[in-house]
Amino acid sequence: METVQTNTMTTAVSDLAMDATGLDDQASFERHLSASTLPTVWKDWKIEFWRKFQDLPMPKSRDEHWRFSKRIDFELSSYQLAEKPSEEVVAEAVKRSNVVGALSGRFIFVDNFLVHRDNLDEETLSRGVIFLPLEEAFEKHRDLVEQYLFQESTDLGSEKFHALHNAYSETGYFLYVPKNVEIEKPFVVDHWQSAPGTATFPHILVIGGENSRFSVVDVHQSLFDDREGFGCSVGNVFAESGARIFRKTVQNYNEKSVAFQLDTNNVDRDTSVRGINLNLGGRRSRFENEVRINGSGADVKLYSLTIAENDQEFDQRTLQIHNAPNAVSDLLYKNALMDHSRTIFSGLIKVAKDAQQTDAYQTNRNLLLNETAQANSLPGLEIEANDVKCSHGATTGQLDREELFYFLQRGIPKTIAQQLMVFGFFEEVIEQFESAEMEENLRELIREKFAKKQLQAVASA
Amino acid sequence: MNETEAIDIDREKGNFRYDVEYEYDAGTGLSEETIDYISEAKGEEAWINEFRKKALKVFNRLPMPTHWATKDLENIVFENIRYYLSQGQVPSRSWEEVPDEVKETFERLGIPEQERKFLAGVEAQFDSEAAYSRMQDSLEKEGVIFVGSSEGLDKHPEIFRKFFGKVIPTNDNKFAALNSAVFSGGSFIYVPPGVKLEQPLQAYFRINAESFGQFERTLIIADEGAEVTYMEGCTAPKFETSTLHSAVVELVALKGAKIQYITVQNWSNNVFNLVTKRAWAEEGAEVKWIDCNIGSRLTMKYPGVVLKGRKARGEVISIALANDGQHQDTGAKMVHQADETSSNIISKSISVGEGRATYRGLVQMPEHLKGCKNNTECDALLINTNSRTDTYPAINVQGEGNSVQHEASVSKVSAEQIFYMMQRGLSEGEAMSLAVNGFVNDLVRQFPMEYSVELKRLIDMEMEGSVG
Repeated sequence: METVQTNTMTTAVSDLAMDATGLDDQASFERHLSASTLPTVWKDWKIEFWRKFQDLPMPKSRDEHWRFSKRIDFELSSYQLAEKPSEEVVAEAVKRSNVVGALSGRFIFVDNFLVHRDNLDEETLSRGVIFLPLEEAFEKHRDLVEQYLFQESTDLGSEKFHALHNAYSETGYFLYVPKNVEIEKPFVVDHWQSAPGTATFPHILVIGGENSRFSVVDVHQSLFDDREGFGCSVGNVFAESGARIFRKTVQNYNEKSVAFQLDTNNVDRDTSVRGINLNLGGRRSRFENEVRINGSGADVKLYSLTIAENDQEFDQRTLQIHNAPNAVSDLLYKNALMDHSRTIFSGLIKVAKDAQQTDAYQTNRNLLLNETAQANSLPGLEIEANDVKCSHGATTGQLDREELFYFLQRGIPKTIAQQLMVFGFFEEVIEQFESAEMEENLRELIREKFAKKQLQAVASA
Repeated sequence: MNETEAIDIDREKGNFRYDVEYEYDAGTGLSEETIDYISEAKGEEAWINEFRKKALKVFNRLPMPTHWATKDLENIVFENIRYYLSQGQVPSRSWEEVPDEVKETFERLGIPEQERKFLAGVEAQFDSEAAYSRMQDSLEKEGVIFVGSSEGLDKHPEIFRKFFGKVIPTNDNKFAALNSAVFSGGSFIYVPPGVKLEQPLQAYFRINAESFGQFERTLIIADEGAEVTYMEGCTAPKFETSTLHSAVVELVALKGAKIQYITVQNWSNNVFNLVTKRAWAEEGAEVKWIDCNIGSRLTMKYPGVVLKGRKARGEVISIALANDGQHQDTGAKMVHQADETSSNIISKSISVGEGRATYRGLVQMPEHLKGCKNNTECDALLINTNSRTDTYPAINVQGEGNSVQHEASVSKVSAEQIFYMMQRGLSEGEAMSLAVNGFVNDLVRQFPMEYSVELKRLIDMEMEGSVG
């Protein structure tokens, strides 16, 4: 185990960050750029992305991709890049990075700084696996990294935030598992926010070579409950033919934070790609997840579980694109809502002309636990091939009164019964994490969230 | 009459037109002068003229909805459209008084014959004005009003003004504003409390002139406990230039009333059919839209029900068939505004050749509503490899004990099914036609007999040559 105290690039940034104004400020960006020790080519990309960011308009809730988004109420100018965290903060972050115990390799980031790494063992390294912080990977495997770095964008509405991310992001990781390599234990990365008003930009590149098999876990959290933050992560998965990739993400920022998670999946033939999200935190969270199936025989599954309370808004936009025949994609997004929270699910299945024999499904289920909570669904289909099986379904409802009555008949108190029913609703997604340890840890996170509420707000039957 | 020679007969029933001498023609383009021309021709009161002029300003201000809708909308050239054409006719009360060429048009469409058989009342619109309007005397005695909208405004302003533009305000969308500026024709129906019409009322809309815009405005009010079924049919001949049909239909179902509104639309392939249809349903009232779209180049139509009173019910049953060069962008809106309201949407679409069928829906249940339900089912059938279908529902739910479910599926006609039917001696086209009729059969059964027969025939015609 090695705890990274510092590195040249991040120190330089931290010296200047103090003077920087908000993220969207030209001077702030220029200071960031001049402090950066990245190679010139990368700095040139940054300038390009910054221009793009400036050119793009801020989204409004009347934009089609932002329909039903009510709370685009944050100012980019209130966030900035943070200084290097103190040793106490680092120690706390390391201590609390415990969602996964058994792992192949791990990075812990705090406020964009790499503070801890568990490197891969010799055997894994000898099989050609690359798991490195982004900048280090670029330095050591430039030809390989360049094939994937900044190749993707989002088409789902957050183009401006994507450009902002690319302009600032230098931390994150590069994971490459070569042809025919199977790795049993997951790669795990913890992304923490600690300083007040911090903006973090985790950049995640996951590449599965032909017939590789592995899983990767990202956990986004805040170290303190009362400090505002802006987390904007971009994750790009590339699955080469036959690869089996499982990506698990947990978002548990504090309820003062604004979070963006802008993901893409490029999927080749006969691959199996699974993505699963547990979303608990953030004041405003936006998720964009795009799947492009470019090879036949691919099998993609997307799961998400969101638990919303108070004034939280979770805005989820997905796109399943079938460009190749004989592939399957299936999506299940579940939301449980309390208080004045809101969720938005907007999903689209697009089947191209040549993608015959596609099987594509999409399901959004919303459980309203309070009458003031609001669930919005926009499930969509755009089908241009005729020999397909495509369907979508969306339901919104409350806890079943008859079920509750049945519990009460059996002598189970109402609050316990309600809690059991709510966990029953979650379980279908939780068990998709397929790791007993992780499932139990996540259930605990959910219990914590509910303990605060004590389920008193659960709709009375 | 030498008119028969001017008839351009095609195998399609509605595709013929007459050369007509118009007494009134507002010319092409839209301005305040156009509106003054229409008002003068119709002898309208000043407030209507003002209403129209305000609407024109709203129309000019509102953008085209192309940020979400098809770009084909941009091909409408508003300056090239003729907004008012009429022969100065007042609606005839007897079939004999109708001008010959108009009469012949409607006879070819089979209207008097249908009326004799089963209709309680008929109104027929030719371009901008009602050409014929008749209702059974017994209904008139019960206080039922069924007249053209101009006559409604003129003779029953106390009822008309109360609801006119209330269900669909002028600024609802660009085309509702356009209709409000230049509306002409359409029906006005009032059914007094407790009166239940056993037989349907019918209107028929016909575009005869080239480059013409038809902007009928219909208002139907069913007073407390009243019941009425209204049916409309539309056709236009084929012209080289595109034609615009932009109607506004407002329905008001007061406490416990029932309204059923049935449309079978078969415009020709160059008609832009951009219609706004909405209903109010008060306590315990029921509104059912049966909407069937076969023709047109682009249809954009999402009949809606605003469920304003407790236990109100809204239903939309929609069938769309999109063939080559057609885009049927249809759907439904259900806006729940009271407790225990329920709504049901069933939409079936068939895309043939390069046709594109789109379902677009909106279901809204705001905060503090209790016990509301919605069920939505959308099924799309794709016939050919290059057919296309889309589904874009929007569901927005809050409140207590409300439940919403939406399901959509896309499928094709199964090869086994076709093979089986061909084994029994049907041609491939016949087999396909039978399969498609089977797909919509459970909905078609809800139509009055004449319409279901007509629909089956239209489907058969559309499916000819679709195989391969």
